[in-house]
Amino acid sequence: MPLKSDKKLTLLWLQGLTCNGNSHSFLNLSYLADVLLACDILYHPSLPSLQTLETISTCKLECDVLIFEGTFDPLMQRNNVMVGKLLRHYAQKARHIIAVGSCASFGGMFKASAPQRNSGLVFNETAHEGPLLQYQEKVINLSGCPIHPEWLGYTLSMILQEKKILVDSLHRPIELYSYLAHHGCTRNEYFEWKVDSKKFGEKEGCLYYEQGCRAPMTHASCNKILWNDVSSKTRSGTPCFGCTEPDFPRANFFRTKTNMSIPDEVPVGISKRSYLTVAGIAKTFHIKRLEEKLIDYKTAD
Amino acid sequence: MAQTMKEQRKDAIIAVALELFSQRGFYATTIPDIAAKVGMSVGNFYNYFTSKEVLAKELVVYISEYLGKHIRDINESEADTEEKIYKIVSMYFNMAHERPEMIEYFLRVYLSNREIFLDDCEGMICVSAFVTEMMIFFDDGVSSGDLYDQDFFSAFGLFMGYLGGMVFLFGEKVLPDPLENYKESISKNIYNALKIR
Repeated sequence: MPLKSDKKLTLLWLQGLTCNGNSHSFLNLSYLADVLLACDILYHPSLPSLQTLETISTCKLECDVLIFEGTFDPLMQRNNVMVGKLLRHYAQKARHIIAVGSCASFGGMFKASAPQRNSGLVFNETAHEGPLLQYQEKVINLSGCPIHPEWLGYTLSMILQEKKILVDSLHRPIELYSYLAHHGCTRNEYFEWKVDSKKFGEKEGCLYYEQGCRAPMTHASCNKILWNDVSSKTRSGTPCFGCTEPDFPRANFFRTKTNMSIPDEVPVGISKRSYLTVAGIAKTFHIKRLEEKLIDYKTAD
Repeated sequence: MAQTMKEQRKDAIIAVALELFSQRGFYATTIPDIAAKVGMSVGNFYNYFTSKEVLAKELVVYISEYLGKHIRDINESEADTEEKIYKIVSMYFNMAHERPEMIEYFLRVYLSNREIFLDDCEGMICVSAFVTEMMIFFDDGVSSGDLYDQDFFSAFGLFMGYLGGMVFLFGEKVLPDPLENYKESISKNIYNALKIR
């Protein structure tokens, strides 16, 4: 990894209410060793670190990059120090603040225990009311439950190379989140012709109509940057749960909400009238090849 | 200007064809009949429609777009679901009065001579504008908490089948009262049948 300067970045990884999912994901980064060699890890709960949590909690050090994992709970302490105090101290001097995961970005899964109190670093879902609101210009949100390791790998690489990271209105890198999870899904032809998957886990059919798939409404690059470099939820037969969006988690992950058989939500940026027109016409046709099992495929009938 | 004239001629063919098809039926109406009534040569007719079947399909699209446009106006109005039902019923019954040939054509040709419409006009293809607006109406009705969430075609059949049946009875001169007199009771029946309980 070519670096812009010889000086290593000091990196601090703090946690709020978390399942450690993003830490675990990050450990799967294929070039993790390169990233770690370019950084001085002040503290990470799972990686060899220069400092202990006790030292970090004295609030006498500084870092270049502050990474926060988990939901912010204003009543939570680490080593008997309020997490809010730790965050504000390290955020002040940090050049970059990265919220890893949907909990740190928008509140996510752990917001549910105290929805009015808990939040992400800058956002409570889409409302600007997190503890680091005053530092929001420095905050990059990497939403996801968990994040793909490459998303953090990309962000740290850009920082190490002193390149500007363009973000959307929810502070997510455009390079990673301007795509929909739908883009690159191997089931796209089934979506186009409205051939629905009837059974959980089968290779054929689209998961949008009957299995709750939110890929057409979810900003994520899961089908562009594949998980473990080989697959994605939708490719393997599990619907997208929309885990990168501020309203995650929603109820009934495996059910598509419909009103009289009409999807309550349609793909991003498309009017319901336009969608229903195209979908209704597509559904008129019956494409034999798409209605059969892939294993029965023959080049000619 | 030339384009406008051509459009006017096309509209004239559509108006005459609707009238003749709805009165005499599809098979008993010939292209020379239509051309003569429009006041054009048979040869010139083919500059507008390449066959009687193509014309028949175009008429379905024309009626669907007419209905779709009016229902869209209702969908986009501030009315609540019950009011929208009344407006759709009124629009449909008014159409039966003012443009009876359109509903007659729909009932007596499109629904009765399905063999004409099998190619290129199956399913939603020709009636998309109308059915899409009914989908929007039902979707809005359920989203606003007014209508019971059920299968689309169960609700669609109840609504449009009911209206089609009443207009058919009206056309057969079976109804003792003018169609106008049934707007309110039918709207109420549809709302009561579809509303959330």
